[in-house]
Amino acid sequence: MNFEEYASKPVLALSGIAVPKGILANDPEAAAKAAAELGGVVIKAQVPVGKRGKAGGIQLADTPEEARAHAEKIIGMEIGGLTVEKVLVEERSNIAREFYAAVLNDPASKGPAVMFSTEGGMDIEEIAVETPENLNKAEVDIRVGFSLEQAKALVTGLELDGKNDDVAEVLVKLYDAYRTNDAELLEINPLILTDEGNVVALDCKFSMDDSAIKRQPELATKGTPEKVTAIEARGEASNIKYIELDGNVAVLANGAGLTMTTMDVVRHHGGQPADFCEIGGEAYTKGKVALEMVLEKPGVKSLVVNFCGAFARCDVMMDGLLSAWEELKPDLPVFFSIAGTGDVEAIKMLKERLDMDPYPNMDAASQAAVEAANQGAGS
Amino acid sequence: MRIVRKHHRVLVQGITGKQGTFWTERMQEYGTTIMGGVNPKKAGTEHCGVPVYASAAEAMKDGEGFDASILFIPPLGVMDAAMDAIEAGARGICILTEHIPVQDVMYFMAAAKEHGTMITGPNTAGSVTVDECFLGFMPAFNERIFKKGNVGVMSRSGSLGTLMCQNIVSAGYGQSAFVGIGGDPVIGTTTKDALEALDNFEGTDAVVMVGEIGGSMEEEAAEYAATMDKPVFAFIAGGAAPAGKKMGHAGAIVMGDKGTYKSKRDALEDAGVTVLDTPSHVGDGLKAALGK
Repeated sequence: MNFEEYASKPVLALSGIAVPKGILANDPEAAAKAAAELGGVVIKAQVPVGKRGKAGGIQLADTPEEARAHAEKIIGMEIGGLTVEKVLVEERSNIAREFYAAVLNDPASKGPAVMFSTEGGMDIEEIAVETPENLNKAEVDIRVGFSLEQAKALVTGLELDGKNDDVAEVLVKLYDAYRTNDAELLEINPLILTDEGNVVALDCKFSMDDSAIKRQPELATKGTPEKVTAIEARGEASNIKYIELDGNVAVLANGAGLTMTTMDVVRHHGGQPADFCEIGGEAYTKGKVALEMVLEKPGVKSLVVNFCGAFARCDVMMDGLLSAWEELKPDLPVFFSIAGTGDVEAIKMLKERLDMDPYPNMDAASQAAVEAANQGAGS
Repeated sequence: MRIVRKHHRVLVQGITGKQGTFWTERMQEYGTTIMGGVNPKKAGTEHCGVPVYASAAEAMKDGEGFDASILFIPPLGVMDAAMDAIEAGARGICILTEHIPVQDVMYFMAAAKEHGTMITGPNTAGSVTVDECFLGFMPAFNERIFKKGNVGVMSRSGSLGTLMCQNIVSAGYGQSAFVGIGGDPVIGTTTKDALEALDNFEGTDAVVMVGEIGGSMEEEAAEYAATMDKPVFAFIAGGAAPAGKKMGHAGAIVMGDKGTYKSKRDALEDAGVTVLDTPSHVGDGLKAALGK
């Protein structure tokens, strides 16, 4: 779960990292009022995506009138496919230097990594690819934590205008915030050194581990839920992973890997998947809801159902699916591939209730679904 | 011990739950040596014909103790259960649970490294040593999916690994062992670890690896595959997946441009691995490499 800048910065502030004074504004009038209070300000579009500056979503304002005018332009703007609904009005900082600092989950070392670079303000992926020597990394034993000594060692030898110890302190606080808030990524970019010699977090990106939402209920209410379509929202509510896509061959399968592969195979045979609908794991009893969702998407011309039971039992998934089919009686060509735990029972059920046989494998089923969709699309 | 054997003594943590009970019975029927289970509230009783202990530490003290542990434990309870098994001296732990907070995973992963415990998972469907024993919730007992043979199989996804195994059997081949490594970002046994374990496993003449987009494990495994004499086949799921959905920012930072379908396919092909366009092509590949 991603947090917008205005919700991320309090996480830093609570751990003792300095952030500029800011006021959230939902309309131009509020932005003008905030500017009157703060003086010279920056108006920043609040959307959980990068490149806001390049899109024109960050503007300077010296007076409340300017702040109002900028806010009018920025609110309603589209950035990265998202509509800006609010702006952060922030006191302006006098930037002397820009650094990069982050703590993140590092799959390679199977632990947290603290990252620091003197090249702040730019895209970190670019730094990692173009000048990896400028990216300093410390791997942390999460049982022990990240000490001030380790932080000092990480920035030793770097030219930071003599503020190395202050920066090291910020890194320790950043690590604490990462731990306290179950972050998977907590990034300050840029971490600035002001003309006055202060180390300040000018922007912040915070992504919380979705698996930790249950034990961070209060924090989670401050995050921005991923933008979803109506059907995707229904999937979330029912604990079914559904992603809406552009094609016309609906895909319903169990397990993330198998569902992704069914999409791949549909495409391999010249079709375009209409969705990713997965009822694996604990959601495997939800065949009925899954079918309703698949049918809800307009323009679907055929359906391929691919069950391969391991933990999820084919017969349980099939029973739910067939019940929904009998109730909804959809006029949609459907093609099955069935294997694994409970397959014999599921195949018997399919014969008895829909008078159908499964295809020998997912390729055959997907190919037939693609052909049916192409015919349906032509008629 | 990434591949469990019949002589290994296995402890089931969370044995008395619905899933724990169902799959313990299946494992016992197939041949896995279940020495006992853990449930602090039912310590001293018997379940599935084996003793229930208060903790893994208690189980280890009883007679010969246990070699490996398997967890049927809900997400927020896994860290304590895993630490219990690690500190008791487990040589291997299989973790099936999905949605464990990643910082918890990193915590017990660090402890496992220190104690020399090999972790498989989290979020794995388990592993199968064909005709011998299995761990987890794999349909080992379904003979259209698992048949004794000479092909080693590893997979990140349980359902897709199962499908690959079925394709291998329907093409007239069989497996020596299956290792499910799990779909989480931070896991104990990596693609490379599993590939190496299967390469060294007796009676294995070819290896099939089932990967997915994201992370850089397939790229690392490719480096090992380049050193192997046995033929290796790979299928990478997600070539048609939309970019940026759950690919995560963190991974991209550490690895630059690794993680895409193309990056994985290129790395594997450069290492001499045959990359399959669909899982159904595995039979033709094996026929060309192994004959029949």
